[in-house]
Amino acid sequence: MKNASFDQFKGSADYVTSEPLRNAVNVSIALGRPLLIRGEPGTGKTMLARSIAKALEKKLITWHVKSTTKAQEGLYLYDTVQRLNDSRFGDKDVADIKHYIKLGKLGRAFTAPEQVVLLIDEVDKADIEFPNDLLNELDEMSFHIPETNETITAIHRPVTVITSNAEKELPDAFLRRCIFHYIEFPDAKLMEEIVGVHFPDLKPGLLKEALKVFYSLREIEEFRKKPSTSELIDWIRALMAGGISHDDIAKEVPFMGTLLKKETDYDYFVNNYMTRVGDTLVIRRR
Amino acid sequence: MFTDFFYVLRKHKVPVSITEWMTLMEALAGGHINNMDEFYFLARAILVKSETHYDHYDVAFQEYFKGIETPDEITEQVLEWLQSPMRNRELLSPEEQALFDKMDLEELMKELEKRLGEQTGQHDGGHHWVGRGGTSPFGHSGYHPGGIRIGGQSGGRSAIKIAQERRFQNYRDDLTLDVRQMKMALRGLRQLNRTGPEDELDLEETIDATAGNAGEIELVWERSRKNTVKVLLLMDVGGSMSPFARLCSQLFSAAHSSSHFKDFRYYYFHNCIYDDVYQDMERQEKVSTDLLLRTLEPDYKLLLVGDAAMAPSELMERYGAINYYQRNESPGVVWMKRIAEHFTHSVWMNPEEPRLWGQPSVRLIGKLFPMFPLTLEGLGQAVKRLVVKSG
Repeated sequence: MKNASFDQFKGSADYVTSEPLRNAVNVSIALGRPLLIRGEPGTGKTMLARSIAKALEKKLITWHVKSTTKAQEGLYLYDTVQRLNDSRFGDKDVADIKHYIKLGKLGRAFTAPEQVVLLIDEVDKADIEFPNDLLNELDEMSFHIPETNETITAIHRPVTVITSNAEKELPDAFLRRCIFHYIEFPDAKLMEEIVGVHFPDLKPGLLKEALKVFYSLREIEEFRKKPSTSELIDWIRALMAGGISHDDIAKEVPFMGTLLKKETDYDYFVNNYMTRVGDTLVIRRR
Repeated sequence: MFTDFFYVLRKHKVPVSITEWMTLMEALAGGHINNMDEFYFLARAILVKSETHYDHYDVAFQEYFKGIETPDEITEQVLEWLQSPMRNRELLSPEEQALFDKMDLEELMKELEKRLGEQTGQHDGGHHWVGRGGTSPFGHSGYHPGGIRIGGQSGGRSAIKIAQERRFQNYRDDLTLDVRQMKMALRGLRQLNRTGPEDELDLEETIDATAGNAGEIELVWERSRKNTVKVLLLMDVGGSMSPFARLCSQLFSAAHSSSHFKDFRYYYFHNCIYDDVYQDMERQEKVSTDLLLRTLEPDYKLLLVGDAAMAPSELMERYGAINYYQRNESPGVVWMKRIAEHFTHSVWMNPEEPRLWGQPSVRLIGKLFPMFPLTLEGLGQAVKRLVVKSG
């Protein structure tokens, strides 16, 4: 028998999950630990948080991490320049430092009156020390503001999702506190489901052909950027809009530009796999 | 017993810590696990923090649960865990739990060892340390309805079968190495210093200046932090290094295409470094080692690549160079020593497997430079070594 409160996340209508992923989400909610998600680009890491928020009917707070992001920014900002500036005119109460403390994303997630879903997106983009700087805050779900001598403690522990592209190694101490899940690239069966969510009235024949081409493209190791889920979705949208019959898909790979975004990949494919017949490029028979 | 799984994982080089193990226990205690399949995935989510270790986990899982293929057998195994009745089922009070949470790792380790000690002595009490959450997942069904359900429905395939597939074999980082992965490892080589245009507000200075300016705001800017790492790569080429040529060229292209170094220099040598190093692999364009040591500041991070396998005379004797015409006045070891002393941060990457590092020359070089295997793991360790403050 499971705890009734455990199976909170079952996926949402527009996001297809695998069972291990659902379990990982649920255990991270139940234990109140951050969930670290890693996987190839285009496997829906960021979408997961959105889906959790939607399924649990909670607000989503997103913190996009950039190379210049510092941990402090997530907690609060003390706008000293504004305060200095205001002090010259005396029309605002500069004595109260509180007016100049602005909570960051983490701070806002802590102080929200209801539990929220907090997404820390692409945590590995920032400086190597960034995750370490957040350790204590994520562990205890509180932080101190020395300027006002206030301690902000989470009213409700936010459901925390952290995504990483594995560009940088994350510190061990940080990893120890997380639940980890690696999203594999979906296999053809799961992909069918995913595409089905986006295009409910897609003809099965078209889908089958498109997926066949898609997965054979992914097998070409020479590509610098393999097509991923989002490219596939775009491509299918283009195929549907163009009214392409499914016989032509494998023969011509129409709208190839939506799948292969790098010029070198495009050229490589055209030169090595295609041949010109009349005015159109077709796949070379092997 | 179940704790053995922890050690099986450690044995297979999955870096599991007590913290994570405790988290798993917490999850078990919370009754979040219904069957073996869920156990497989949840334990993986909690204990394994990188897809590069997924395969190690699969192997460990197979070893620990080996021979248990059908759900029935798994049930038996689980039943076995449950058989021992628990006498010491004291429930922790919330205060005690809080105390437990605050224990640092070392204390936890001690506590764990202590309790493990009890476990061997007294079998049925063995479960009590896992009862951290106040309830134990291994309770009799009467005690703990939220525990592991026996004979519950199992998924389409058993966890052991999933483990057997070993789908993550290709993600292991101790086997495969490509340029991108090496680049990733080299990214760790960074040292941030303030350089470039002044584009960051210096708060302290601004306040001072503003105060000095009678409250009229005066903004003071400072330079932002940039990577200032300089790298020197010295590679052994030819002879016994030929089998590793591809690996070395991968490392080279990784280092060369890493744009984040402030400066990157590379030279070649054969077997050992003497009076000269070379700018090309054919060893035609000489550069005197002396000049190198004089012109490169000691803060260049030095990466030496080579198998360090040579005759002792090549290292220890005057005129010992393998190339007869080289006529080195000082033995190779003197040059090596000078280099080791000049650069504050240096490592030696050896493409040979560590078990073959027994040769006298390898051991000698290993005393001068910290030596790491040229694998992704080794490179990662080497990079860590290169960034620590005291060389």
